[in-house]
Amino acid sequence: MSRPRSATVVVALLRAQLRLELRTFESLPAMCLFAVTTFVLFHFGLNVFQMSSDLASGVLWVTLLLAALLGINRIYVADAEQGGFDGFLLSPAERSTMLVAKILVLLVYMAIVELVAVPAFAILLLEPSLWNAFPGLLGVLALGNLGIAVIGALVGALAVRTQARDLIGPLMSLPLLVPVLICVAGWTAPLFRYPEAVGVAVRWPLVLALYDAIFGLIAFALFDFLLED
Amino acid sequence: MYGKGLRPLSLITAASVALTLVAALYWAPNDAYLGFLQKIFYVHVPLAILTLCGFVAAGLMAIMHLRTRDSRWDMRSYVAIHISLIFGVTVLITGSIWARGAWGHWWVWQDPTLVSFLLVMLLYATYQPLRFAIEDPELQARYASVFAVTAGAFVPICFIVVRLAPGYVHPRTLSNINGNLPGRMQVVFYLAMISMTLLWVTLWRFEMTAKHVAAQIRRLRGLLGEEDDAQPVRRSAAPSLTHAGSPS
Repeated sequence: MSRPRSATVVVALLRAQLRLELRTFESLPAMCLFAVTTFVLFHFGLNVFQMSSDLASGVLWVTLLLAALLGINRIYVADAEQGGFDGFLLSPAERSTMLVAKILVLLVYMAIVELVAVPAFAILLLEPSLWNAFPGLLGVLALGNLGIAVIGALVGALAVRTQARDLIGPLMSLPLLVPVLICVAGWTAPLFRYPEAVGVAVRWPLVLALYDAIFGLIAFALFDFLLED
Repeated sequence: MYGKGLRPLSLITAASVALTLVAALYWAPNDAYLGFLQKIFYVHVPLAILTLCGFVAAGLMAIMHLRTRDSRWDMRSYVAIHISLIFGVTVLITGSIWARGAWGHWWVWQDPTLVSFLLVMLLYATYQPLRFAIEDPELQARYASVFAVTAGAFVPICFIVVRLAPGYVHPRTLSNINGNLPGRMQVVFYLAMISMTLLWVTLWRFEMTAKHVAAQIRRLRGLLGEEDDAQPVRRSAAPSLTHAGSPS
């Protein structure tokens, strides 16, 4: 049998996962609701009505990271519990296609969560107008999501075969995600400066892109070892 | 194999650690600003460097395990992380004492070295729980190696990223060594570096020997037909050498 083209496999895996999500709604609604609830928690916990600059950037990104953990914990569950891994390993597809597919799934999840969470944050807590920060914010969200997706796809695969996956997954991904948080928070803070946004230091996008690329390579090199039996 | 020459190595290590302590306490001059407290530097800095090198070495051993599938490499990686974790805890404690003396606080967030070290320790703290949570020994070894490689790569990257955060106050030790650290301090520092390295290697060898002896005893008992049924099979975070096969 000839090897299927990798792009075809990735698209098939991505569609399967998204269809599964559309039928069960296991992750996305929970992630969105969790993000909005966390904003409410921050409002009461910090006792602030409106925030800007460093505080706003930190609250937004910590919330997004925590919401992402819910998705990271779930993306491999069907594969591990219902024979998805076995079926995939029986097929002649390249193993790393599954990594790419899971990264794409997490990117889609994060984009949808942010479609809900960022406007909700702007309405509930953000002091400066979202419109001024918006073009810059798109870049941060894109690179930040990529970092979350790459690390999530690797750590999710590591954690899913353990008996305490709900604990191991977050415990392992959070330290790995701290450099991402440092970069995105540093990058977003000047965008949320009130009354007027200021320029962004070039180093944050650069460092974040480099971090994403390095962990992408690490995940690509190691993923095969997580899938064999 | 690992037990060979362990006795002379242990004696040399004990002697060099003792010599370092004596030299650091009595021979090296007191620091002009920090006074006696600065002596903690001879323990703290070498231990920190060794911890990080140990983590990176464990990552390299894990790469060897993934390449060769020899469970002895997994054992080496596991023991290296184990010893480095113990060293790392002492680094956090001694660093905290030093920070209290030098900067007045037990913990200083402005210091990127302290913060990145904490991050690395938090990550490695999940290594043993990860192993413990996987029952199948082969799967456990493979997943632990993937973790060790990822985390080993994370060590230098984390330090670079955190250092980019502005406003650090940590003394740049290595540049001090080349720059303005006076002669005697420099000698004692290198002495401490050597003795702590010996300590790491000795402890690593001790644990490797213990694990090997235990595996061999288990194997011999099996050959004698002496199954220890009395003890239930216990789940463990430690790698098992039953797959290695070769009596070393």
